[in-house]
Formats: sequence, structure tokens, C-alpha cells
Amino acid sequence: MRVLPSGSTAMLVEVDDLDEVVALYAALVDHPPEGVVDIVPAARTLLLVTDPAVGSLAAVERAVRATTPRADQHDHGELVEIPVTYDGDDLDEAADLLGCNATELVRRHTSAEWTVAFCGFIPGFGYLTSPTWTAAVPRRSTPRTKVPPGAVALAGEFSGVYPRESPGGWQLLGRTPLTMFDAAREAPAILRPGVRVRFVDEGAPR
Amino acid sequence: MTPSVTVLETGLLTTVQDSGRPGRAALGVGRSGACDLTSYRLANRLVGNAGNAAALEVTYGGLRLRADGDVVVVTTGARCAGTTPHNAPLRLRSGEVLELGPPASGLRTYLAVRGGFAVDEVLGSCATDVLSGLGPPVVTTGTVLTVGPSEHPHPGVDVAPVADPAAGDVTVRVTPGPRRDWFSDEAWASMVEQPWTVTSESNRVGLRLEGEALARERTGELPSEGLVRGALQVPASGQPVLFLADHPVTGGYPVIGYVDDVDVDRCGQLRPGQRLLLRDAQVRGGPPRGR
Repeated sequence: MRVLPSGSTAMLVEVDDLDEVVALYAALVDHPPEGVVDIVPAARTLLLVTDPAVGSLAAVERAVRATTPRADQHDHGELVEIPVTYDGDDLDEAADLLGCNATELVRRHTSAEWTVAFCGFIPGFGYLTSPTWTAAVPRRSTPRTKVPPGAVALAGEFSGVYPRESPGGWQLLGRTPLTMFDAAREAPAILRPGVRVRFVDEGAPR
Repeated sequence: MTPSVTVLETGLLTTVQDSGRPGRAALGVGRSGACDLTSYRLANRLVGNAGNAAALEVTYGGLRLRADGDVVVVTTGARCAGTTPHNAPLRLRSGEVLELGPPASGLRTYLAVRGGFAVDEVLGSCATDVLSGLGPPVVTTGTVLTVGPSEHPHPGVDVAPVADPAAGDVTVRVTPGPRRDWFSDEAWASMVEQPWTVTSESNRVGLRLEGEALARERTGELPSEGLVRGALQVPASGQPVLFLADHPVTGGYPVIGYVDDVDVDRCGQLRPGQRLLLRDAQVRGGPPRGR
């Protein structure tokens, strides 16, 4: 673990891989160090943001170093099912990149159990990983200026669902009718770090 | 009848702001809130509001509004041309119009009303986040803002003795950021020794700075990582971005340094064309912190 400076109110904790991020995040959410107002997990790091009036960065760093990561995260989060119509514009191309056909890609995507590793990019956008999904798909060389809301996509080792219309460079597999983020809901984001996800094929025409 | 104000003209950009929505960054929801929190808090104090009451953030003056019912208002931050007193509470009678001209210095003026503006919260805050689109819509001509009940005693201050935002060069303190080691010592020295010009592409998300490009020593992709306001991120162009209130929750370019949090408010008052001097906080004889 490396603790890197991030100004007078935050610190960046860097670990070896995403699994360590997920495990440390779960432990820190259960027992947040005093004075921490935000914990932002990412691919290799966690940012801890403090309220300087409550806790010092030095005390937070000591607490983080004394935290035991929870390694069992892939089995414990809430499970949500996301219905998908697999008719995305990049479905065939993504299948080609993975060396299979569209039907096989859908089978693999729906049989994997995904976990939200972290969020970012726009509110409610989760980066999903799966222990059974090891193939990396490159982003599109030219990002789209408009990806529709609910688009289910792949990039790198991740899958994701666009919560609203936005620019984006991920490969589009299909779409879900779910509203992924709604600020007026009590739980605004369906995808939060630690939530487990299964995609369900709605049997669309392909 | 509950008093309200009606916006007659907005200027370049007028938004509702408070101290933001911390605690949801893990969902991809940024903090947002007033760009110059010091001036925002002063405005609320001067009219006896709770610390987090919703106020207006006016960019480069140009706001005109009418009181519908008697209200007490105050402006802080950038001092606008016109007859409106600044840093001093002002009673507006029903029907009276307040008009803010362009500021002589600074960029953002905060207008608070005694009782606060009664705006629906989104995820616990009334801040308009221009990056994520969360929060109340941007204020437009014809927007009617209801005034909330005043719950605290009036502080009875005539005028707060605070300095106006600087018109010339602004100096702030920087400390090394998480990816300082992606840059050579020469690049760091170049950053803290040269003046940076604020470009017109700057907004509530961040200040785009222009100067002699900062060369990376280390190449390759950086997986996105969390950041807070004050981060100096260096994209491929080598021209740094200083993130302000509506910064993204994570960024994929290396953060070479951080402007001290107490200095970021002053950066929120910088206009395009103004120069920013980033001084190494760890060098003796550096500038004092804050205002």
C-alpha cells in the first residue's frame, strides 16, 4: 500500500490491483476513519476525502494502514438483475474482437456474475468486473458523441451501463429499460460499489 | 404572502449554490457547491442565515432581479458596478429592482437573501453541478425564487471589512500531488516559477491554464483515480487544469500537484486573462495561506 498526497484535505491510497481496492473499500465503508466524508474507489486507488475540522490526514492514514481488507466481497453484495435487449450497434464487432459470434458473446455476458468495482465518469456509472470475464475489449477508436441512456457496453476488462445520454467510447452490446440513476429515488444509483449484477437476455431479435 | 424574487436578467451564468453534496463521490456524484466558499459563507452570515443556505452565484455581474415582498439581501465576492452596497445587507422593498453591473475585479458574486432561497434539494444539496447536471436548473430570465423563513437572529452588521478579489496576479501555494513522480524536477520547477494565464475555456469545472507546457517524464496510461478541488491535472498537452467545484469525481491524467484548499476559493475568482502564480509551499519564504 502506498499513500500518496492529494492536497490538504485528501489522500490517495494506491494498492496492487482492483481486488485489493474492492476489499479495502468494503472494510473502510464498514468502519470509516473519523473525519472521512468521501471514499472514492477506482481501478488501483482509493481517495479518502476528509473534513479537516474533524480528523487529521495523519490520523486517517494510521487508520487506513490498520484496516484489514475484506477479501470476500465477490459473494456478499446485493444482487440485481438487469434485463437487456442485446441489439447494440457494436455487438458483432465486439464478438469478432473476442473471437466468437454474437450469440456466444451474449451467453458469456449473461452467465458471468458481475460486481460493481467502482463508479465514476457520470453519476451512477458503475465499472463492473467478473472473475469469469478475462478478455479485454478495446474502446472504439472514435468515441460516439451520443450514447443512449441504458446502453449496456464493454471496454477493457469492464462492463457498464450508461445511466443517461452522454458521449462514450465503449462497445455497445444492447440496452436496458431500467433507469440506472434517478436523483429523486431514495437509492439514486442501482449500481454502487459492491453490488452484484446479472444481465438477463430479454430475447430480442438479433 | 411569502416573499420571492423574480430574475429579470441573468448575466453570463447565474446558478443556485450552497456548500455542495459531499458523501456521494463513490456513486460518481461530485461535491459541487459555491466556487468561492469563503465569500458564499460570508454572504449567509451577513444576513443571519444557516451556514448552508442556498444563495445565487452570479458570474461576471449582469444579474437583475425584482423583490416581490420585502427582503434583505447581500452581495459578497466580486464587487459589481452600480448602486448596490457590497458586503453590506440591504433591504429591498417589494417591487424594488436590484441590478449588478460588471465587477471591477473578480468573477463571481454571491447574492444571499435573509431566509435563504427555498429551492428543492437534489441529493441533499441545492448546488447546481454544471458537469453532472445535478441540482436545480441554471437560473434563467423569469425564474422565481421563493424566500425561506428566517430562523436566526439578524447579525446587525453594517458592512464586513473584507478585501475585494485581486485584479492583478494571484499567488497560491501548491504541494506535490499523487503523480508528482510522473514529472521531472525541471517540470515541477517550471510549474512553480512561471506565471500561468487563465484561458477563456475556464468554467466551474476548472481553470484551464496556459503557459510553457509541462513535459511528462513517465508515459503510459494512468487508470482513472479520485481527485478533489485544487488538483492540478496535466493532460497530454502539458497545459494544466486546476479543478474547481464541479470537477469530475475521477480523472485519467496525472495530478502533479494540489493548490492548498484554503487558496482554491481565490482561484474561483480568477478571470480569463488573469495570471496565476503557483508557488511551492515547501519552499521557505513562500506566500501566506488563504486570503
